[in-house]
Amino acid sequence: MSQKIYWKGIEELQNSPEFIKNAAAFPDKTTKEKENHLFSRRDFLKMMGFSVAAASLASCETPVRKAIPYLNKPVDIDPGIPNHYASTYIQEGVYCGIVVKTREGRPIKIEGNTLCPLTQGGVNAQVEASVLSLYDEERLQYPQENQTENSWDIIDKKIIQKLESIQQNQGKIYIISHTIISPSTKATIEIFKKKYPNTTHVVYDTPAYDSLIQANTQYFGKAIIPTYRFDKAQTIVSFSADFLGTWLSPIAFTKQYSKMRKVSEQKKKMSKHYQLEANLSLTGANADHRIPIHPQEEGIILIHLYNILAKKSNQTILPTQSKIPSIEKLEKIAQSLWQNQKQSLVISSHHDPSIQILINAINHLLGNYGHTIDFDNPHYTKQGDTQKMQQFVQALQKKQVAAAIFFNANPVYNHPQGAIIAKYLPQVPLSMATNDRLDETATLVHYNTPDHHYLESWNDASPQKNLFSLVQPTITPIFNTRSAPESLLLWSKAPVENYYSFLQSEWKKNLFIQQKEHKDFITFWDQCLYQGIFVVKKKNAPKTALSPLPFALIDAQVKKIHHNHINASQALTLVLYEKIGLGNGTQANNPWLQEMPDPITKVCWDNYLTMSQTLAEQYTLQPKEGKAPVVQLHIGQQKIQIPVIIQPGQAFNTIGLAIGYGRKKGGKVANNVGINSFPLMPMVNGQWSHHITSIKLKPSGQYTTLAQTQTHETYMGKKNIVQETTLADYQKNPWAGSPSITIATNQGKEKPETITLWEGHMYPQHHWGLVIDMNACTGCSACTIACQAENNVPVVGKAEVANRREMHWIRIDRYYSSDATVNDLKGLEKAAENPDVTFQPMMCQHCNNAPCETVCPVLATTHSEEGLNQMTYNRCIGTRYCANNCPYKVRRFNWFKYHDNKKITANTSMNNSLGKMVLNPDVTVRARGVMEKCSLCTQRIQEGKLKAKMEKRKLADEDINTACATACPAEAIIFGDMNNPESKIYQTLHKENTARAYHVLEEIRTQPNVTYLRKIRNQD
Amino acid sequence: MISQFKFFSKKWIILFILFFFCTKKITSAQIPKEEAIIQKGKILFEENCTVCHAIHEEIVGPALKNVHQRQTLDWLKKFIRNSQQVIQSGDAYAVQLYEQYNKTQMTSFDFSNEEIMSLLAYIQESSKEKIPLSSIESTPTMESTKEKISTNVDDHLFIKKYFPYIIISLLGILLLILISLLVMITMLINRYQKKDNILPKKKRQPFKKAKKLLLHPTTHYTTLLILVGLIIKTTVEGLYAVGVQQHYAPQQPIAFSHQLHAGKLNIDCQYCHTGVLKSKNASIPSANICMNCHHQIKKDSPEIKKIHLAVEKNQPIEWIRVHNLPKLAYFNHAQHVKVGNIACEQCHGPVQEMEVIYQHQPLTMGWCIDCHRKTDVEAKGNAYYDQLIKIHQKEHPNKPLKVADIGGLACGKCHY
Repeated sequence: MSQKIYWKGIEELQNSPEFIKNAAAFPDKTTKEKENHLFSRRDFLKMMGFSVAAASLASCETPVRKAIPYLNKPVDIDPGIPNHYASTYIQEGVYCGIVVKTREGRPIKIEGNTLCPLTQGGVNAQVEASVLSLYDEERLQYPQENQTENSWDIIDKKIIQKLESIQQNQGKIYIISHTIISPSTKATIEIFKKKYPNTTHVVYDTPAYDSLIQANTQYFGKAIIPTYRFDKAQTIVSFSADFLGTWLSPIAFTKQYSKMRKVSEQKKKMSKHYQLEANLSLTGANADHRIPIHPQEEGIILIHLYNILAKKSNQTILPTQSKIPSIEKLEKIAQSLWQNQKQSLVISSHHDPSIQILINAINHLLGNYGHTIDFDNPHYTKQGDTQKMQQFVQALQKKQVAAAIFFNANPVYNHPQGAIIAKYLPQVPLSMATNDRLDETATLVHYNTPDHHYLESWNDASPQKNLFSLVQPTITPIFNTRSAPESLLLWSKAPVENYYSFLQSEWKKNLFIQQKEHKDFITFWDQCLYQGIFVVKKKNAPKTALSPLPFALIDAQVKKIHHNHINASQALTLVLYEKIGLGNGTQANNPWLQEMPDPITKVCWDNYLTMSQTLAEQYTLQPKEGKAPVVQLHIGQQKIQIPVIIQPGQAFNTIGLAIGYGRKKGGKVANNVGINSFPLMPMVNGQWSHHITSIKLKPSGQYTTLAQTQTHETYMGKKNIVQETTLADYQKNPWAGSPSITIATNQGKEKPETITLWEGHMYPQHHWGLVIDMNACTGCSACTIACQAENNVPVVGKAEVANRREMHWIRIDRYYSSDATVNDLKGLEKAAENPDVTFQPMMCQHCNNAPCETVCPVLATTHSEEGLNQMTYNRCIGTRYCANNCPYKVRRFNWFKYHDNKKITANTSMNNSLGKMVLNPDVTVRARGVMEKCSLCTQRIQEGKLKAKMEKRKLADEDINTACATACPAEAIIFGDMNNPESKIYQTLHKENTARAYHVLEEIRTQPNVTYLRKIRNQD
Repeated sequence: MISQFKFFSKKWIILFILFFFCTKKITSAQIPKEEAIIQKGKILFEENCTVCHAIHEEIVGPALKNVHQRQTLDWLKKFIRNSQQVIQSGDAYAVQLYEQYNKTQMTSFDFSNEEIMSLLAYIQESSKEKIPLSSIESTPTMESTKEKISTNVDDHLFIKKYFPYIIISLLGILLLILISLLVMITMLINRYQKKDNILPKKKRQPFKKAKKLLLHPTTHYTTLLILVGLIIKTTVEGLYAVGVQQHYAPQQPIAFSHQLHAGKLNIDCQYCHTGVLKSKNASIPSANICMNCHHQIKKDSPEIKKIHLAVEKNQPIEWIRVHNLPKLAYFNHAQHVKVGNIACEQCHGPVQEMEVIYQHQPLTMGWCIDCHRKTDVEAKGNAYYDQLIKIHQKEHPNKPLKVADIGGLACGKCHY
């Protein structure tokens, strides 16, 4: 196999002076700093030197510190010992079984619940970050009437009075919410409806998934979303569905998908994944074959795919007038699907039900129903109904709405018709919102009755049939808020004490009777609470019989597809997508998510247009002096100024734009970051489409800075960073793809391991290490946020990220492979139109021969007896020699005091007393002027060792796990003791994957304790 | 003082023995006297009983001195195993006890016969042992002794605190005396010279030499050198002492005496500092732990009233932290006390003698490291250390395994 050449971004290829300047570990003084010099730094230092010394001596008096014990210590809380509670993350239909770690009664970290059969202990960035949203100062702190504080009693009285009079006058009441997967909350809505029969519950989702429901209704007569089984699929063909990042149930899908992607010497098999899409998505980046297609092409490709498969199964083929799409691989895709009948999966995220029906027809041809698509266990997390929402907006316009209750929903921001809702909402006689803040919708209502954060409330969730999950409070409500379903119960004058007792009675009524294990309800309840989940076990449940549509009806869909999509020319199209960090923008005020670099573009704190190099050249859009060009985007009447980023892999004549940005009233962090793209969505075939045609682009001649991290901390000119091979080669030779590295010496060429200046270390007890499986890693960045939460990593804000001063201890490096061969120098300079993408999580490599250790003048970074490269903050004097000498560029310098610093407003976890509650008390908050880096979660190592010592036993493998490894939904990161033959890491390195293991930059002989497993692509 | 003490104890022991011979309830022969059994009893007593009982003094429950002489063995066994049952059976003595001690229920202990006998053996033994201060509180002489002891402790502290000042002032006085003596002598010589008309030239000679010596550059430089040296030494020492709070003894919001609780009443440290064996924090006891005993005892003391008030007002008590480690250092009590088996006194000093708690050790990094170098790893019976011991013994067959040998000096163990 010829060796591939990798590059990180357009900037590297162009090798502009700016890029070279930025590639250095540390920037020179930024321009702003240069301008501000009134007198030289030396003078300043001279003047300051003495006074600082004098002042510090004078202030040596140690402050009086207080120790304030509990008045009445709760039995189960011991200061210094964390408690863990099983709970559930549910926000806008995103479900995840979680375990919340609390210290002294405050949640500080969220981890996955391994007992949950759906998410199996995986989390994503949003789930990890939600603990910071709990401590958001800008949440509503008390109930309000017309935005002034009032008491719950008075507000309740007024609301009930008004609701009753509306009921008497037969006025229409609407409850507007996102998908509610809590059966008990739904029951409260039913009680509310009983009291006020004129109530309509309107559910909408952003983005909407009802094309799936509609297709299944039309095709099978079942208005449900089935459960997809990626762990049973040998061939996966996805049309724009970002199922590893944002589509439907990404955490569960990543778990399943990675099981099929992992290879070892015992299992040299993996699934094959084709992705056909316009924007380069996270899922596309992980596909074996990614084919850029224009969204208009999707219908015709599907028709042809259907026809190829129909021919193979001797079925009638669909008529089509359009020409066969120029996709060479289509035959191969069909072949692969046909070979894996009942073990394949074809999905699409298209918002047109006609397309989804075609997808159903293809899956039906392949016999996937009942195998990889499970209709017996429908998926409940998306139940939105676009039509019903439309009816509400129409009623609003016609002034037929007497009362509107926004149940944790913010349609003014995240509905395409938000502007209309905002216009007519103030005219509604009675309106209230349970939203957690005075957001775009909540500022327009009469009564704000804020809900608890999910970490403060009791609730339940049923993400899937027969799977129930409990939400339990892990902290007493911080503010004077009230559980939203409890508000509904109170307004319907239901004879219940509170929502907790209601929840218990619901479980007693509905679930307790469905099990035989526990005789009394209390033990059943306690057990469910302890485990966080309850699964109804049903033996021999009848299989759902599926009777598909007659052929003629599929044929009718083809006509629709032709009408709606294919006849339109493949004009410039804006394709909206969701980012894995910010999602649909609900948690936009969470700085951890805002600063998480998008895994593909590596940009944070913004949304922007992505376009291909060819298109950019057409519009003469090129970055200038490291800044991104700004264009004017005309969509109908709207004009938008937005920066452009060149994205390899973007389909020609398409532009990508993320949703979830452009909040106006989301909070200090969220406001005015990027632009809001929800209002741009057009209605196509009864659904809000993410494809916007009839747009015009005009370069504005302006340039702006995007905070892009990929060009920082780069190691150019070095080989042997990313290694990969194909499955076929790997099957023949497990060592395939391993480059033979030699170093020229006066004795001739030698292997790197034969030459060393170092004496090496003894590791008598433990030898900690990480193994990162590049085949499993999807680049989702959950580890980055998990690490940020665990290790008190500060947020620095957009300007500082642009100054290349981000602080993340673990970054996800994204590499594109070049199309050209090694010798084709001209070709190498061109950005690949559709590169292969590789993700590589990069953190401190804990080198055994660490270059940083030898250059530290004060021994602030040293090697431990357990193989850790230790960083002692209190010794560090900030020379930054270590970072300059680090070949992996993983050391981070505290340029500023990020805590208690009013200027760094984005760092909410360290700059207000509420935000500080999220800090991990076992990890130091670093001061200005010190270096920091991944510690391999040394606090967790110490904790685990202590536990073993206290129990007087040997350390077990499962005693310790790092934050990143725990969070990883793909189980791509394995942490363990490489000296322990029973550990998973030992097994991986010595039995399962010895051949695939390699070290980054092996030739410089740093001997890292972090090992990577070579990426295997299932390419032909 | 000491002789008085001895005299009294002898007298009391005689009294005890007399009393002992007069009793009929349980013959002393029934109670074992083997040292091993007494030791077992001691452990049992300290683990289970000290919260409410002492031998010579009433705490929550009655003093247990010679308790075996009060009732029959069967009665005692029954009462220990289930006191409520005995009370409900209408036993007059039990009911009387119950009433006398504010109807406090005694916890039931499921002890075996052997265990109860060993307990009694310990009680019998320690009843004989000595007469503690509290039992003779009524004697005026002893009262004054006690006061003296406490003032002695105060004196000791006082001297410790002001010792340098006293020395300096004494030296100052000495210097003043010397100067005045010198002045007086000079004056006397002058007068003598005038009187006797002795030529001044002769006498000025030595002064001139001295002047010459004083003005010599070598003298200047030497003096300067010494002065600079002294200044540097003082500065360095002063800087090293920054943040070191040894002997720090702030006044606490409630005048809690460890001397009384840990010393005199012999309450185990863990009873109040509950976290010490399981957590990094030993933890300051919450008010409810104080109230375990003080809802009965000394309710009217002004200091105890502060606790009652705090509970009533729902306002936590803000103690002043005495032992402060810098935030950059991680310390875990469980590691040292439970795993390392270090006694509390090793770092906290003679807490049982402290009327006001103070920081006994410097708590500097040098002090930590020093101990890590000297201390053997408590590896016996702990499978976690097996591998380390094996390797260490192979390499250094005769040297014990010190904490420093297994990474006790590594920066990352305490700083992260």
